[in-house]
Amino acid sequence: MNRIAQLFKEKKNILSIYYTAGFPQLTDTLPILETLEKAGADLVEIGMPFSDPLADGPTIQQSGQTALKNGMTINLLFEQLADLRPQLSIPVILMGYFNPVHKFGMERFVEQCRKTGVDGVIIPDLPFDEYREKYEALFTQAGISNIFLITPQTPEERIKLIDKNSNGFIYMVSSASVTGTKKEISEQQTRYFKRINNMQLASPRLIGFGISDRASFQKACDYAAGAIVGSAFINLLNNEGNNPEKISDFIQSIKKTN
Amino acid sequence: MESKVNLKEQLRVENMPTKEGYFGEYGGKFLPAALESVIGEIAEAYDRIKDDPSFKEELMYLHQHYTGRPSPVFHAKNLSDELGGAQIYLKREDLNHTGAHKINHCLGEALLAKRMGKTKLIAETGAGQHGVALATAAALLGLECDIYMGEVDIKKEYPNVVRMRILGAKVIPATHGLKTLKEAVDAAFEAYLKDPVTQFYAIGSVVGPHPFPMMVRDFQSIIGIEAKAQFREMTGKLPDNLVACVGGGSNSIGLFSAFLHDESVNIFGVEPAGTSFKTGDHAATLSFGKPGMIHGFKCYLLQDEEGQPAPVNTIASGLDYPGVGPQHSYLKDINRVNYDTINDQEAIDAFIKLARLEGIIPALESAHAVAYAMKMAAGMPKDQTILVNLSGRGDKDIDYVVERFGKEFNISE
Repeated sequence: MNRIAQLFKEKKNILSIYYTAGFPQLTDTLPILETLEKAGADLVEIGMPFSDPLADGPTIQQSGQTALKNGMTINLLFEQLADLRPQLSIPVILMGYFNPVHKFGMERFVEQCRKTGVDGVIIPDLPFDEYREKYEALFTQAGISNIFLITPQTPEERIKLIDKNSNGFIYMVSSASVTGTKKEISEQQTRYFKRINNMQLASPRLIGFGISDRASFQKACDYAAGAIVGSAFINLLNNEGNNPEKISDFIQSIKKTN
Repeated sequence: MESKVNLKEQLRVENMPTKEGYFGEYGGKFLPAALESVIGEIAEAYDRIKDDPSFKEELMYLHQHYTGRPSPVFHAKNLSDELGGAQIYLKREDLNHTGAHKINHCLGEALLAKRMGKTKLIAETGAGQHGVALATAAALLGLECDIYMGEVDIKKEYPNVVRMRILGAKVIPATHGLKTLKEAVDAAFEAYLKDPVTQFYAIGSVVGPHPFPMMVRDFQSIIGIEAKAQFREMTGKLPDNLVACVGGGSNSIGLFSAFLHDESVNIFGVEPAGTSFKTGDHAATLSFGKPGMIHGFKCYLLQDEEGQPAPVNTIASGLDYPGVGPQHSYLKDINRVNYDTINDQEAIDAFIKLARLEGIIPALESAHAVAYAMKMAAGMPKDQTILVNLSGRGDKDIDYVVERFGKEFNISE
């Protein structure tokens, strides 16, 4: 069982944190990961920067531009993560757009993930059908989860298909929007959360996009196994850099239960 | 000949693209989940509406009475005589209302948006031609309009920015990266995702995810359909050669699509070589790119070793894009269309030459096609013909040309 499956088996109210590799400083990638594990994050998604990220809002986009300017590449990321295991035990997911991964070579990419101890991958613009046709066997063989996104507009049939072929969790985009929108969770979103909840899917779900504080996190936890915080954390890094104390405060402020 | 049989089979335009939007291995939909569903909605609507007789009639009426179609074909005798070779003919898309071919698909997209119940059109623009055409269609059909444009292009193509504003559109600067066309596309996608319900993203070329490459081509195919009949009427024959400039590739596919099956017709797509063939100095995607994914589709792509889109450069903002239409990518692979390049200097020389010899100021984009035709014509017998798509007029470029080339051509104060 890989670390992601283990996590979902053992824990509820999972807090996943997204941040961009090589941001704010090129060498921050692994130190921030260490800080996050110590601070009590349950899962981490590390973004591989791309110059034209279609699903990301200004905050994450800008962190990506900075990271690219710093010289971040997929090659370098794997180098930086070389000592990830056994030093850290937190499950790690890499998230990035298809073209750089494709250029790196999917086979080589999956192999590098396996070697460094990366547990899962999210490629938001990789079509589900293309994944099944060309890459599913590769991922399964290496024991790497490939995580897919669903939205309020995703047809039920497709959700069921993703559920059946999912081996990590399903990433629920809470609204048809790019990341970093600071809205409270609306009634419409709640209806969507409930609808998906009632589908009795086999795979656990995490809710992402629009989760920025304790209130939105807890609301998400009512309907899913947990939630993902991205832009709000990038903003913190932007202001404070890899400051363990501030990061710990941030994680605690979201996780603290009443 | 076996290859000819294959060519016919490969070019069955009625099968292009596939249901999933593929031209060979290119095209498709490489989209995050949130965009997949909203763009799927456009594909469905287009499929439903495109063959509706009332839709076709409405569009045809506007083409005729609003845009001024058919645009004429003009035999550029002075230019041909000066070169002493093949006869050059110009398809005068520069005479369309708003001054370029872009109005052809903008009216189509705007009518579609209206039938879908959308209230706002959004788009990116490079040189501003697409933006002006879309702002025009929006004004005509009573829709709001937001145009995303790179900060650098806003300065360079200022007259078009003002035109868009006069037409009631909002011009929103894209401020990241090189601040040109690619960044404008990023900004438009981002804005689209924020409100896919009331907005319709009218992409400006035969690029982006399915159905855009197909839909924009269909709307532009009127260029080739007209030109074929007009040329035949003038000469009794088909043209021996076609030439058009290729950025995203909308004007060129519009002309080419009517001739793809005519094996006697040689077809040339002209890409901008900018200042040199070094990465970052040009935008010649098909000439130097490798297959990759950008903005939701697969195509030839100028990119670095890490799969990041490469910086691009040309004097023609409308050609300044690291990707290219998927159908062009396919036509290159099957060798149906020859893709070649023209650099900044050759384009500006043609710009002046056409103005001085024929009294026509072409857009800097179209000047690339004219330059290529001039090069070809000089070495050909006089009974050969070249039909060039003069995709737009150069009014928008005059300030820039005076500023950069004023001394050279003795046109500055």
